[in-house]
Amino acid sequence: MEKVIEIKNETGLHARPAALFVREATKFNSDITIAAGGKKGNAKSVMSVMSMGITKNTEITLTATGDDEQNALEALEAFIIDQK
Amino acid sequence: MLKGHKASPGVAIGRALVINNSPVRVERLTVDSSNLQLSRLESAIACSKDQLQKIAEKSKINLGEDHALIFESHQMLLEDIEVLDQTKTLILEHKYSSEFAYQEVTDQFIAVFESMDDEYMRARSADVKDISQRVLKNMLGIPLCDLSTLEDEVILVAGDITPSETAVMDRSKVVGFLTDIGGRTSHSAIIARTLEIPAVVGLGNISSSVTTGDLLVFDGDFAEVYVNPDETVIKEFEEKKIDYRKNKDLLKKYHGLETVTLDSKKIELASNIRSTTDVSFVVENDSEGVGLFRTEFLFMNTDTAPSEQEQFSVYSEVLSSLSPKPVVIRTLDIGGDKQVDYLNLEKEENPFLGVRGVRLCLENSQLFKTQLRALLRAGVNGNLKIMVPMISCLEEVLQVKELFSECERELEGEGTEFSKDYEFGMMIEVPSAAIESDILAKHVDFMSIGTNDLIQYTVAVDRMNQKLMNLYTPYNPAILRLINLVIQNAHEAGIWVGMCGEAACQKELVPLWVGMGIDELSVTPSDTLSTRALIRELHYSQCQKQLERVLQLGCAKEVENFLK
Repeated sequence: MEKVIEIKNETGLHARPAALFVREATKFNSDITIAAGGKKGNAKSVMSVMSMGITKNTEITLTATGDDEQNALEALEAFIIDQK
Repeated sequence: MLKGHKASPGVAIGRALVINNSPVRVERLTVDSSNLQLSRLESAIACSKDQLQKIAEKSKINLGEDHALIFESHQMLLEDIEVLDQTKTLILEHKYSSEFAYQEVTDQFIAVFESMDDEYMRARSADVKDISQRVLKNMLGIPLCDLSTLEDEVILVAGDITPSETAVMDRSKVVGFLTDIGGRTSHSAIIARTLEIPAVVGLGNISSSVTTGDLLVFDGDFAEVYVNPDETVIKEFEEKKIDYRKNKDLLKKYHGLETVTLDSKKIELASNIRSTTDVSFVVENDSEGVGLFRTEFLFMNTDTAPSEQEQFSVYSEVLSSLSPKPVVIRTLDIGGDKQVDYLNLEKEENPFLGVRGVRLCLENSQLFKTQLRALLRAGVNGNLKIMVPMISCLEEVLQVKELFSECERELEGEGTEFSKDYEFGMMIEVPSAAIESDILAKHVDFMSIGTNDLIQYTVAVDRMNQKLMNLYTPYNPAILRLINLVIQNAHEAGIWVGMCGEAACQKELVPLWVGMGIDELSVTPSDTLSTRALIRELHYSQCQKQLERVLQLGCAKEVENFLK
């Protein structure tokens, strides 16, 4: 399953938001990847997410595979919308 | 015997703990048993996790939730699934040793962070390096020293001691500081005096000549350090230590007394603080208020600028716990030697002559207004005086006043309660402001002379430069004339004037400040009682006469000798 989301918050997926995002992702069993600007990373790794350098107004694609893929993507989308 | 610069008084006897921050590098190594390497990786991670857990808990107690979050994010980096998976892959596929594999993987991430455009993200590479070094040292069995989890009493020995190290340090275990670099006004010296820890700085290469476990004795007032001395020296210092304590007890009789000269000239004796926890030192030492609350520490060691609400509660706490005593809160003074990552400040050739203090605040007016709003709101909880640093011309004063008016209008419009009777003052630390102080004084309610920077800027000497320490002196006649001018100009305009640099409580100079007619001296809390004792022995009229003679002298050395 796949979902495309735009990052709206001022600091993008920086240290603090990245950590919170990863914490959310690790709640699910599914394998989750995050892709943006031709780079791809493990959504459960704060190093991966941070090293992608995702800034405001970037479109990211989340892909989840596993038994809870739908819930995972919905939760992560809600998390990103909540950030400001 | 090693000789350095006086930083903080008191006698210390103890074992050295050398903080060695030199990084470990490992060579490429292939091994037979990958299983052994995998278990070494696992146990180093577990051990590092334990250490970080302890540090997070300690800092929660010492510094509050917010600071602890930094170490919690370190824990996340430590257990990062990508780092661990990639390391295991290298161990299994290339038969690398666990430390080399781990170093390879973390190096890659460090390189990625370092190559980023965003200054803030580049700074995160330091976090990864920190974690990587911790794990490598744990794998190699190299002891790590966490200042927050010290078991025994120690004397810290280091190149320099950084604000973040002092922030997590367990105060009860550190009986002294010794550093290679720095002078009386360096950060480590100021912290040592506030925490009442004896210290000597600028010792050259003590961090390499002394090893952990060496017995060290020193007297902060003499700036001489003995390494592994014989019995007689130890005995002598033990006696000195007792004398020092006795002396401190003697000063207790000045508790509750007025700070006034023999001929009834009253001087307000206030304190320099940097956090709410320092308020207890103000009270313990019977200080008459706060003459300098350095707010920049609220902005350092965090990921983002503190919100208006966070600032409001800190300022309110300080104001209300000391009310009705005056509290002078200095607005954000960063730039120069104090940097914060999240502001993405540009690198400057000469940060001390660059965008710092009020210049930075005027450039980042949103950041500044957040602080001003928090201050104005907190003002209803006590006797607030707001002071702006690094003013160099009238335009800046007027711009700041305009921002104040904007904030007041906003708060008025929102119906939020705020102070209307606060005082607005400026620091005098740039020579141009001192020279123009007659004009500036008409636009402010008070002035406070920051001698540390005023000396540096007037004499054109970097206060951290070891080679120029003889030029960096408050005895310089030009400095004394400039300070005298400011005090006269302020009084002519009918406003009060204080002093908040390290020179404010230097015992040879206090009679001069009194003679000049200074209204307030703001000192490290622990210097309060000794300064009060000194002032109570002075005659204002004699100080005035002495001042006249000093102002005739030409060399700093002559002034110094005359006063001593």
